[in-house]
Amino acid sequence: MSNTFLGMPSLPVFGRGNLNATEPFPQAAHRELANTQLRANLGHATHTIRYKRLKVVAELPDWEQMRDAGSAIKDATMANLPAMLEQFEANFTARGGIIHWARDAQEANEIVTALIQETGETEVVKVKSMATQEIGLNEYLEDQGIAAYETDLAELIVQLDHDKPSHILVPAIHKNRSQVREIFLREMPAVDPNLTDEPARLAEAARKHLRKKFLSAKVAISGANFGLADTGTLTVVESEGNGRMCLTLPETLITVMGIEKLLPSWSDLEVFMQLLPRSSTGERMNPYTSLWTGVTEGDGPQNVHLVMLDNGRTAALADEYGRTALNCIRCSACMNVCPVYERTGGHAYGSTYPGPIGAILSPLMTGIKSEENNSLPYASSLCGACFDACPVKINIPEILVHLRGEDVDSQRAKVKVPSQMDFMMKGAEWAFSSGAKLNLLEKGLPLGKLAAGRDKVIKKLPGIAGGWTQSRDIPAPPSQSFRQWWAKEHKPSTAVVPGNAVPGHAGPGNTAGHGTENSEGEQA
Amino acid sequence: MKIALFATCIVDAMYPRTAQATVALLERLGHEVVFPTDQACCGQMHVNSGYFKEARTVVANHVRAFDTDDYDVAVAPSGSCVASVKHQHELVARRCGDAALEERAAVVGARTYELSQLLTDVLGITNAAAQLGSHFPHKVTYHPSCHGMRLLHLEDRQLNLLKSVGGIEMVELPEADQCCGFGGTFSMKNAEVSAAMNEDKAANICGTGAELCSGGDASCLMHIGGGLSRQGSRVGTLHFAEILASTIENPVAVTGEITLAGSKR
Amino acid sequence: MSAREDIMARIASALHDAPETPVVPREYRRSSNMSAEQRLEQLVDRLQDYKANVFVTPAEEASAKLAELLAGSTSIVVPHGLPQDWLSKLTDDAGMPAIEVDSPERRLTVAELDALDAVVTAAATAVSETGTIMLDGSADQGRRIISLVPDRHIVLLRASDIVEVLPEAIARLEATRPQTWISGPSATSDIELERVEGVHGPRTLDVIILT
Repeated sequence: MSNTFLGMPSLPVFGRGNLNATEPFPQAAHRELANTQLRANLGHATHTIRYKRLKVVAELPDWEQMRDAGSAIKDATMANLPAMLEQFEANFTARGGIIHWARDAQEANEIVTALIQETGETEVVKVKSMATQEIGLNEYLEDQGIAAYETDLAELIVQLDHDKPSHILVPAIHKNRSQVREIFLREMPAVDPNLTDEPARLAEAARKHLRKKFLSAKVAISGANFGLADTGTLTVVESEGNGRMCLTLPETLITVMGIEKLLPSWSDLEVFMQLLPRSSTGERMNPYTSLWTGVTEGDGPQNVHLVMLDNGRTAALADEYGRTALNCIRCSACMNVCPVYERTGGHAYGSTYPGPIGAILSPLMTGIKSEENNSLPYASSLCGACFDACPVKINIPEILVHLRGEDVDSQRAKVKVPSQMDFMMKGAEWAFSSGAKLNLLEKGLPLGKLAAGRDKVIKKLPGIAGGWTQSRDIPAPPSQSFRQWWAKEHKPSTAVVPGNAVPGHAGPGNTAGHGTENSEGEQA
Repeated sequence: MKIALFATCIVDAMYPRTAQATVALLERLGHEVVFPTDQACCGQMHVNSGYFKEARTVVANHVRAFDTDDYDVAVAPSGSCVASVKHQHELVARRCGDAALEERAAVVGARTYELSQLLTDVLGITNAAAQLGSHFPHKVTYHPSCHGMRLLHLEDRQLNLLKSVGGIEMVELPEADQCCGFGGTFSMKNAEVSAAMNEDKAANICGTGAELCSGGDASCLMHIGGGLSRQGSRVGTLHFAEILASTIENPVAVTGEITLAGSKR
Repeated sequence: MSAREDIMARIASALHDAPETPVVPREYRRSSNMSAEQRLEQLVDRLQDYKANVFVTPAEEASAKLAELLAGSTSIVVPHGLPQDWLSKLTDDAGMPAIEVDSPERRLTVAELDALDAVVTAAATAVSETGTIMLDGSADQGRRIISLVPDRHIVLLRASDIVEVLPEAIARLEATRPQTWISGPSATSDIELERVEGVHGPRTLDVIILT
């Protein structure tokens, strides 16, 4: 078997392209949080989709069984990736498709450009694709004199506004209807000046705007949701029909797909085509799914290419604690339920992949030391909502914590002055290394009580702890710790109320804490 | 039954009443409570901040303190600390290549319960008023902390116990399952996002008209209460153990020596 | 080294710890326990939820139903393998739209298709639980382009081709045929997550279920 590896593992080769936070997350979040319109738009959109997802997931009696299957299928794919890729390649090629391999973003962009130039065309239509976003294909093509037209409504909105997507499923989730109307009026040639902000009217304007492009396009570029190894079949899942237009009408189709997108067999699609639509748009099924295997004579593009992209995926695969991040099917359920994403939006993450999955995938693909990507794993309260929502059960919180460890270790390796966080953690390590040491420290509690003063709250702490007191008080500490109370005052209760006590006859057992405390006269 | 109390560092140092209430409840049911004095902290702050090397020291101390035959089960009044003991300790040991610690941590983890788990699943408490004498005539809402809800799958155990307290009026918290924004060092490293989450939590709590928000994690309650206090709200926070410990004869004061944040007079 | 060899070597190195291949638990439903009537009822409900127009018609009245739906249309396209008896009323009666037949011998151009009012096709199978109709490019369904460019798509589906769950449909379909799975008319939820029917694909989807 080709995946029998002999010798020492080589160093991972990281990915490049639009995979980086370019400023620390807290700084980016500061800016986005100040945008009240953005927060309102995001709050509305994420709540809407959360509710829809819960409703359609609850309809299925076997949702958890489906998640278990999905997770195992993906694990099995990754464990046998070389064999899967070879099988897929053989099947896709046997039916007339042509496969190209790209080590990184640059190589993928060069391949796609060369393929377009061979056709002599200078315009291409595009179906929404995360992979091409990741490699920065549109910008690269523009530099080569090729215009790439996004055809998904949300991608069109973002492209017309010269903005960046902020969500992997609904790239314009940060825009509301009146902002979309304003963009269309400003940027869409020949648009009806009386355009209203009704979503139906806006969708109609997009249809008119793109219709001619679709009907005359010679080259299309797409991503793929799944590649099936045992048949060589590719899949695109969409809603509007722009995908069908791009996959059916042009003569040349160029698909860019990450090497991790494979599923072992055709029948595995029965799991993923149930998991994906319900998790992403909260629909029982998306309006359109297209499947093609190489070339079909007389039906669809006769010139079919596929670019298989690494760009850091093998680096993620090499991380035994993080590799399940590659199981992601880009449904976006994690960002829709994430309380951090809900408030900051996708732009705060910098990378093409925002939200909880982005916070692990980006640093896994680029390495933790790339630009500001080491700030991403901290962009989570570890509430775990993402793990619960993930259709393939990626334990995102655990991987976030793992990557925080990678960051701490990489910082340790540098010769530098320890940070406040380092000091805090070292101090806490000492204090928590034994009960006796913690007890010693707790003898200082009355000092804190003194510091809190008559208000009995602490309103300002120095240093990084000041982050806490920006918006929160800290209660005055007690005059003694529990362990001090236990050692000095606790006497096992003798007045036991067995099993089914009568209400009101609980006995003095509970005086343990509150009677004592209350007797100090600190009543409300 | 002989029950070892894991007080947790935050309760030990900041909220001793919660641990005292836990002791009171268990003794009221006729059990013997022991307090392994070597205990300090579960180490989740270190783990969740990526300081695995330091975490190992803390985890090792916890395992040393609790890996004894001197008790039947261990209990802590905290979902997140129990989740750490049950889920993180082995991971830390494994990452640090300490197989012996990993094995002992698994044993300790398996014997450790969150308080509502112990009361409901092991001690069979279904009616706090009848079985514990609990009485608390106040209007209360309840926030289920994330780790108890999602890592320990506590479901409605804490809430059901609260609902069965005599005299209590429970009001439902809208968007209860949303994180309060504490997240350990997240509240410092990403203080603004944390505060934004807390603001929404506070608004939901205040909207219920409850006097108090209860929950099962002192850290989240400190965060929520700290935000309410800063806003000048009169709504306070109180651990569910203290509400269960309250009786007609010995009502728990909504404020005690440890002034609960937000419950200023 | 070629890019392919390079990537393969990187993968092999990444998997140096030889991760386990789990056995896939397939405890989810893979077959139906619904009656044919229940499946039909469920499919109608799901399709209507997507804002498709659904008509349940006895098979022998297919042609009449089609004629009724197409009254007033000027021209339509059908794939060459569409059953002739479905079209009998259209060909025989006066005032019916002109019928263009797309076949391997005469493939309609995009411009020709864009000028037509509607397309009529059969379907390979349908999943009632998700309201999904599958086309697989068979002679009665035609090339993918013909069911895409006209603004109205009329599908005639035999009730006996309705299954309940997706795994049943997957078992009936051949992977390598070019397929289109259709669940309602084209739609978008890109603006404020509000679903709007009708974007680039056919804005009207009529489904005639033949019993």
